[in-house]
Amino acid sequence: MTLARHTGAAVLVAAVLLVLTVRLGPFRDYQIAELAAYVTAVAGLTYLIGLSGQISIGHGAFMAIGAYAAALLLLHLHWPLEAVFAASALAGAAAGGIIGVAAARLRGPYLAGATLMLAVALPSLADKYAGVLGGDQGLSVSISTPAFLGVSFPPTRWLAWITCAAALITLVLLANLGRSRIGRSWRALRDNEIAASLSGLNVARMQILAFVISSACAGLGGALFAVVTDIVSPGAFTLALSISLLTAAILGGLGSLAGAVWGSLVLVFVPTYVQDVATSHGLSSAASSNVPIAAYGVVLILVMLAFPSGIQGGLRRLLGPVAPAASAPFNLLRRHSPASEHQEEGTQ
Amino acid sequence: MKRTHRANLALVAGTAVVAMVVAACGSSGTSTPSSSPSAAASSSSAALTASAPGITATTITIGSHQPLTGVAAPGYDEIAPSSNAYFQYVNAHGGIYGRKIVYKYLNDQYNPAITSSVVHQLVLQDNVYAIFNGLGTPTHLAVAPFLNAQKVPDVFVASGCECWNSPAKWPYTYGWQLDYIREGKILGQYIEQHFKGKKIGYFYQDDEFGMDGIKGLGYEIPKSQVVAKESYNPANINVGPQVAALKAAGAQVVISFSVPAFTALLQLTSLKLKFAPQLAVSDVGSDPITLGGLLASFGKSKKLSALTTGIITDGYLPSLGSSNSWITLFKKIHAQYIPKLPFDGNVAYGLAAGYTFVQAMFKAGRNPTRQDLLNAINGGLPQGPSVAPYAYSATDHNGITGAYIAIIKNGVLVQKGPVLVTDTTATGAITPYTTPQPPAPASGIPAP
Repeated sequence: MTLARHTGAAVLVAAVLLVLTVRLGPFRDYQIAELAAYVTAVAGLTYLIGLSGQISIGHGAFMAIGAYAAALLLLHLHWPLEAVFAASALAGAAAGGIIGVAAARLRGPYLAGATLMLAVALPSLADKYAGVLGGDQGLSVSISTPAFLGVSFPPTRWLAWITCAAALITLVLLANLGRSRIGRSWRALRDNEIAASLSGLNVARMQILAFVISSACAGLGGALFAVVTDIVSPGAFTLALSISLLTAAILGGLGSLAGAVWGSLVLVFVPTYVQDVATSHGLSSAASSNVPIAAYGVVLILVMLAFPSGIQGGLRRLLGPVAPAASAPFNLLRRHSPASEHQEEGTQ
Repeated sequence: MKRTHRANLALVAGTAVVAMVVAACGSSGTSTPSSSPSAAASSSSAALTASAPGITATTITIGSHQPLTGVAAPGYDEIAPSSNAYFQYVNAHGGIYGRKIVYKYLNDQYNPAITSSVVHQLVLQDNVYAIFNGLGTPTHLAVAPFLNAQKVPDVFVASGCECWNSPAKWPYTYGWQLDYIREGKILGQYIEQHFKGKKIGYFYQDDEFGMDGIKGLGYEIPKSQVVAKESYNPANINVGPQVAALKAAGAQVVISFSVPAFTALLQLTSLKLKFAPQLAVSDVGSDPITLGGLLASFGKSKKLSALTTGIITDGYLPSLGSSNSWITLFKKIHAQYIPKLPFDGNVAYGLAAGYTFVQAMFKAGRNPTRQDLLNAINGGLPQGPSVAPYAYSATDHNGITGAYIAIIKNGVLVQKGPVLVTDTTATGAITPYTTPQPPAPASGIPAP
């Protein structure tokens, strides 16, 4: 039932996207493709933090793993694109599984620190194994538009189609997962680990599973990112990327897939839009190039002040009935251990 | 509970749809003048037409990607404003056959992913005629295949990677500055001749920039003399381990292929580790004014800017301290259009690259197609602000072919010996170039 509903919604969105990609110009198609890549990665992260209650400041690293996997498979084995995307998700999942085992033992700031280290350290592997991974200049990724679409078919429209298809499939699968027994278990252990394990949930296993799924999404997002930007290089997977994924998840509203879309929209469109406005208002290049960074900060502060539970949380509050779980993830971020959480609730 | 789920679901779908519509509304509705395969040959009296994408009867729009913020920004962020200053100068003096140049350069933060994004914007949305002077090796490598696939002229890349010279693979891409292989050869020969038997260490950026430089050095310096090769990644500002390794290997001369920020880090870290080798730095990382500023600000002491004195480097543009007619012209334009920027090597670089573009555009004709620009450059360009001639031909897309060795003294390059020219092969001779450099045109604008 749920599956059918989610699939229906996805088909509807796909139809709208199809019209948009045909009607809009090639650069908008490129931006939609960029957006789809971010949405895929942010959706996984928002589930990890918002549903399972674990944090990762290193999701850019999983994107890098997926992106390099995709680049290597395309360059050397010439796999078809679907297989490449699936393999990238698997590569991300495998890495997530390894990190997840460690993550299940860590809490709060320690987990944040461990994942942060991953984001900082991983890109330098590309320099260490420059022969295979191309060093600092990276590997170039090129995909061609299939022949049946004709020679004059805009390549960016094709990019938008494949990335949006991948993103929509990911969103449908995640939406179902969120409504399933697994999603409920995640919420249970997010809200209270001790209570969850008393109810018979295997906390560690569920936490590892959350990491695996979330990093599979990041891996796929990385592969999409690679085909969109034509290149995989360490310079693209900096700590700044990891932080901006986290920012997008929080801005959009933790735990919400719609929030992942909102957050990614801010990530993709605010910088270009603000820079265009700044330039067209005759600001000097030194000033206008710094304005997007400032604008990003302002958006962040405003959203956090006005909608502490993210854009999606704010919309829910404005438009409809209050969703009971909307603010739960944020309480979680403030707490560091289940023990203190327990105390807080005890004193209330 | 059930209702909330359905509401959530509707919101997910709704958000995605609204999001896309928002994106759609943001799209600028610029109509793009399609390129007409008009007759390229045009007489001087022909009316100005929209002969190619980015060209209208009154304007030529070109674009670029530049590091305006981030690790590569110090110094390099002056280049595009300087090119733009030259274009404004040309615009104020009649333009190119009456058309004004509109130069739109976007910030890529030296991040290849952002480079890809901004160059897609310039080509697909802003519909530029050409990408001019896109800065950086790893960054520009991300977009060269796209530009060639789109058949957009990719002229005078601001990087000395020899990779831009691939006319068969990338017919639309052209280098400009002295490539790092030639530069490595010229620097290497000088070190080999003047520091015979000394222990030499390399410090280089871990990409084509550094590798090409090392390759050129290797053509001149015997392997046995090289005691350490240490690379750095521009994303990691800690160069302590590399400097310690150079010191441990007993390097007496360190040759550095680094961007200015990392030349400064190399010097400050050496100072901290009490390591004082003779330093030789490639042109891109040795501009004394940029470097002095960085040393002063990183080291929090004005006195540290004196550390640049004694560095061996090379120059392919006339020394800023000389009375060369090009420097006089550059100072005039600098004072008029960009007086707030320091008059340094980056400014001269931007102005000189801008001049070369104007040279090529005049040669491309009154109503040029994109192919006309390629033809103009493939036919060779006359020597301009650079001390050595260009290599441009249909089979060679390298730019400047030589440089002079210089030693930095009190913030300016002091030329040592003649201008040297060479090629990119292992065995190609390095020969003095004795033809005097043609002076700058009195008008400051190349003759059509």
